[in-house]
Amino acid sequence: MTAEQIVFLLTAGAILACAVMVVASGKLLHSALWLVAVLFGVAVLYAILQAGFLAVVQVVVYIGAIAILFIFAVMLTRRELRDHGPQTRAAWWLPATLGVLILAGLVFLILGMPAVNRLPAALPEGFDGVRVLGTTLVSPDAFVLPFEVASILLLAALVGAIYLAGSGRKA
Amino acid sequence: MTIPLSWYLILAAAIFCIGLYGVLARRNAIAILLGVELMLNAVNINLVAFWRYQDPAMMTGQAFAVIVFAVAAAEVAVGLALIISVYRRRMTVVADEIDLMKW
Repeated sequence: MTAEQIVFLLTAGAILACAVMVVASGKLLHSALWLVAVLFGVAVLYAILQAGFLAVVQVVVYIGAIAILFIFAVMLTRRELRDHGPQTRAAWWLPATLGVLILAGLVFLILGMPAVNRLPAALPEGFDGVRVLGTTLVSPDAFVLPFEVASILLLAALVGAIYLAGSGRKA
Repeated sequence: MTIPLSWYLILAAAIFCIGLYGVLARRNAIAILLGVELMLNAVNINLVAFWRYQDPAMMTGQAFAVIVFAVAAAEVAVGLALIISVYRRRMTVVADEIDLMKW
């Protein structure tokens, strides 16, 4: 077992434990903080996969923006369900069974895939991932259209979020 | 690089199923959105792993992951705005009690 495998297994174990705490924790604020831990673990996975740019984006966008937004939303609505009442439905075993079944099916399918145990090829000499990613995102014969649509989507979401969460005087 | 591709796929499948449980079982609408975030991250792990193991010179997997980032940000912004708006009017964030449009 190489050092890289040990790092991966430690990260994966931490991610899974934190993910379970996200859905199991009784207090919503704790759930949001466990989610921050999960997101950080996923950033470590990106770094192991040599996708450095995505690791940075994961920390900046997911932890810096999305997780903080969650924490603010929890604090704005925390009078409800703080310490009383069950956090899960009465029939929580039904989703649990469904999740275990889907996981078993997925693992079965993954292990049946061809060449699933292969190792990655080494990156080409002088490979600049950020440069190639940038060129891919704005080149007309690659992803410039999805990229622009994503920006329109973000703008629409921004306007919609301000309108919905606004003071409500006009709405 | 000595990690088989299957490890990433199985880890992502496990995170996805935990997120699915969170979406289906939790009562609080914000907790449901937390589960959705877990599922989106599982998908992103798969995309980046396939990029690295298939053909690193083709950036399709990473480009797709960037789009998923943008969609996740938009989803959280609008979702949380909806929850806060509902909370202002109905004083509840329990998904079962938000039934204005039922029947």
